[in-house]
Amino acid sequence: MNHNQYETVIILTPVLSEQQMKDAVKGYRELITGNGGEMVHEENWGLTKLAYPIDKKGTGFYHLFEFKANPEFIKTFELAFRRDERIMRYLTIKLDKWGVDYNDRKRKGEFNQPRTTAVAEEAAS
Amino acid sequence: MSKEVNFIFNQTPQVLQKKKYCRFKKHGIRHIDYKDKDFLLKFVNDQGKILPRRITGTSLKFQRKISVAIKRARHLSLLPFVADGLK
Repeated sequence: MNHNQYETVIILTPVLSEQQMKDAVKGYRELITGNGGEMVHEENWGLTKLAYPIDKKGTGFYHLFEFKANPEFIKTFELAFRRDERIMRYLTIKLDKWGVDYNDRKRKGEFNQPRTTAVAEEAAS
Repeated sequence: MSKEVNFIFNQTPQVLQKKKYCRFKKHGIRHIDYKDKDFLLKFVNDQGKILPRRITGTSLKFQRKISVAIKRARHLSLLPFVADGLK
């Protein structure tokens, strides 16, 4: 079985209550783990302002899943999004090795490390 | 000598422009995060259009990655498709 690492961001309607939103997210988490996927990371950005209105709504609940799964699973996963009225937008991305590395480093919190050293070098030269 | 020439042709001495460089190659950034909204704003003008690489100095390899990242951010409504006063 060929397992790839994917990253999915979904935007849920702001009409939902906090509890309904958590239930929806929980359903998708179970969909991933129930189909032989493995959760790597999850992030909830909460109610966030959109850059432009979607479905006449100015805000949305953002949620990010990072998981390992079969390529075939993505089809069923996205089909579930399209059937679900609570989801306004979704985006699934296959992470390459640099993407996996970047997310690992971001989670460890050493994200600003390379940039600050680079600035210091620039100042020294 | 050069001063005289400038005087004759009535030219103001040109300020040497700092050479542009690709910031990804310089800092060793390999992956561009489409969720990092503030970073992507550097490659967009105040209308929300993607800046050409002749202005930002980005290499072709990373310009392609930036354009994909910005388009992903637009899809997720992190960046606008059209804007007026973005900056």
